[in-house]
Amino acid sequence: MELLSGAEMVIRALADEGVEYIYGYPGGALLHVYDALFQQNKVTHILVRHEQAATHMADGYARASGKAGVVLVTSGPGATNTITGIATAYMDSVPMVIISGQVPSDFIGTDMFQETDMVGISRPIVKHSFLVKQAQDIPATIKKAFHIAQSGRPGPVVVDIPKDITNPSDKYEYIYPKKVKLRSYTPPLKGHSGQIRKALNMLLEAKRPIIYSGGGVILGKAANELTQLAKQLRLPVTNTLMGLGGFPGTDNQFLGMLGMHGSYSANLAMHHSDLILAVGVRFDDRVTNGISKFCPTAKIIHIDIDPASISKNVRADIPIVGPVQPVLSEMLSLLKEGKSALNEEAINAWWKQIEEWRSSRGTFPYDKGDGSVIKSQMVIETLCEVTKGKAYVTSDVGQHQMFTAQYYKFDKPNHWINSGGLGTMGFGLPSAMGVKLSFPDEMVVCVTGEGSIQMNIQELSTCMQYDLPIKIINLNNQALGMVRQWQDMQYNSRYSHSYMDSLPDFVKLAEAYGHVGIRVEKPEELKPAMEKALSIKDRLVFLDIRVDPNEHVYPMQIKDGSMRDMWLSKTERT
Amino acid sequence: MRHIISVLMENEPGALSRVVGLFAQRNYNIESLNVAPTEDATLSRLTLTTIGADHKIEQITKQLNKLIDVVKVVDLTEGAHIERELMFVKVKATGGQRAEVKRTTDIFRGQIVDVTANTYVVQLAGDSAKLDAFIQAIGSSTVLEVVRTGVSGIARGEKVLSL
Repeated sequence: MELLSGAEMVIRALADEGVEYIYGYPGGALLHVYDALFQQNKVTHILVRHEQAATHMADGYARASGKAGVVLVTSGPGATNTITGIATAYMDSVPMVIISGQVPSDFIGTDMFQETDMVGISRPIVKHSFLVKQAQDIPATIKKAFHIAQSGRPGPVVVDIPKDITNPSDKYEYIYPKKVKLRSYTPPLKGHSGQIRKALNMLLEAKRPIIYSGGGVILGKAANELTQLAKQLRLPVTNTLMGLGGFPGTDNQFLGMLGMHGSYSANLAMHHSDLILAVGVRFDDRVTNGISKFCPTAKIIHIDIDPASISKNVRADIPIVGPVQPVLSEMLSLLKEGKSALNEEAINAWWKQIEEWRSSRGTFPYDKGDGSVIKSQMVIETLCEVTKGKAYVTSDVGQHQMFTAQYYKFDKPNHWINSGGLGTMGFGLPSAMGVKLSFPDEMVVCVTGEGSIQMNIQELSTCMQYDLPIKIINLNNQALGMVRQWQDMQYNSRYSHSYMDSLPDFVKLAEAYGHVGIRVEKPEELKPAMEKALSIKDRLVFLDIRVDPNEHVYPMQIKDGSMRDMWLSKTERT
Repeated sequence: MRHIISVLMENEPGALSRVVGLFAQRNYNIESLNVAPTEDATLSRLTLTTIGADHKIEQITKQLNKLIDVVKVVDLTEGAHIERELMFVKVKATGGQRAEVKRTTDIFRGQIVDVTANTYVVQLAGDSAKLDAFIQAIGSSTVLEVVRTGVSGIARGEKVLSL
């Protein structure tokens, strides 16, 4: 029989769960746990500079690996600083386990120093949470937390542990459960076969079908199955912001991202389709535009593991509740039986139409200017070229995020890491750190802007401490570009608080943190600078790229219109 | 339309706050709510009434089902069911009013469960409409205090909400 203190149990349970890295920041309520951490070498702790960054690091790791990221923070401000990161993970269904210290049990509710009701404050943004009542419960609670975070529709789980429960002098028997069963939680393991057969028949009969797939395909590890199905049925594919990489971005059947800043051909194909196969998506407002005008001629097959996502915004004609991977596999094996065939003639005509849309505008056209100013679009195209589309790319939020989604061709899942649902500025740098730490041999690039990067720039220090040679592409337009774009389009260019006239010298700042900084001002310097940055394998390189401050992201859907109602440039609309 | 939603859930600390929080967070309204442990002390049964279009109610039941503590959810109004609410009313009872309150209480098949020189406490069970009708019948000037438990309900027939 092995006797451990509560503090030792916390760390030991993480080790038994196979956790390699945890990201956190110590404080009073957690000192017993940090002492236990010090006395072992299975779990490595990464000391961030702000707890929010710890959650984004865990998040980046989780999105790249598919496994839960783990955060360790103290009570009070330590816990509240994680809230933005937890909400980010919740909105994008990212598995995460957040262990927070709490004041001693007897003092809960007394407004003690550094007390906050973490379970209460995080309640609306977690999949579940626990307040541990006794040390003996720690192993089972941590096991449950991982199980809940990683299964079904994944999400963040908070485990709040009062200090007295981690007391090093109170030892109890430690057994880490192999399995966990919760009578009130049984996520579906497969889809309904009858519905799947019906869906496939509908798909084969369709004349203008399209696949609209999202983050569920990435989370559900179904990119292969989705690609096979699309290939076999010659279906055009469009991805949501979260779904990029779920189908190869360089494939001719890929129409680009859809929605607010989606491609002309993807949005038109959606609008005119007669059947939408929606896979792991949630018909978000950034996709559908005006919901009452959404795809008027389309029937909808909706596959999702979360029944609450089905028919929430748009009613599904054939709902299929289940994990996308087995559902798509079942469709593929039904296809193999080969009882019914594709409507060749109709599909040919549909592709002819799509090619017309595509050739009339290209996928994401833009004005390259007179060659004197760097365009943001150009930066991402060059980045894609020099990294051969193989890098892990994280981003912050704003124009640079949309440009990256449009111009970087992701061929593989889990390589595009951004805050889609919550839209969290400050996400890019720490999430890139989380990826780099666990995938040290991969190229990891953070595309950011001078607004976003400053929301977590202190993490450059963490990068130095742990030797994380990521590459930062700072699209510096000296303005909050997306806010400015809306102000141009809707507020007669009244730039209320959307520009910054006291920016730091980012090159010097990077150098001050011990990294390499390079400024890029002319289009011809762009590619050599990027090649140089990538060739410096063992250092973090910060590329401060001065880009056109007047650029807008296009297409842009027109508010409350249908999917096909878009601005195509500053002067043209559909 | 008004719906009665019955929830079987883990009798754990925090479970109730998750249910109530969900309603606030997603902008659903709660007309009434009651909750107590079942014959199995590890489970609680919660009944709530809410008003909304079918689409909204469908979302409410789905979102409730997603809560980890929730074992089962049923919309009782989808089938034949029995609903009851218990009410205590403290009323002024002096002079001629005493007989009048007693008569009305008898008509509604209620009981007077506490008596002072000037007041009665009337206990009454029934569906919500019946309780409303009693208060109206007795007259608001007579009523001193009203306590209602909120609706509790159960399906008719052999359908059972259990593990």
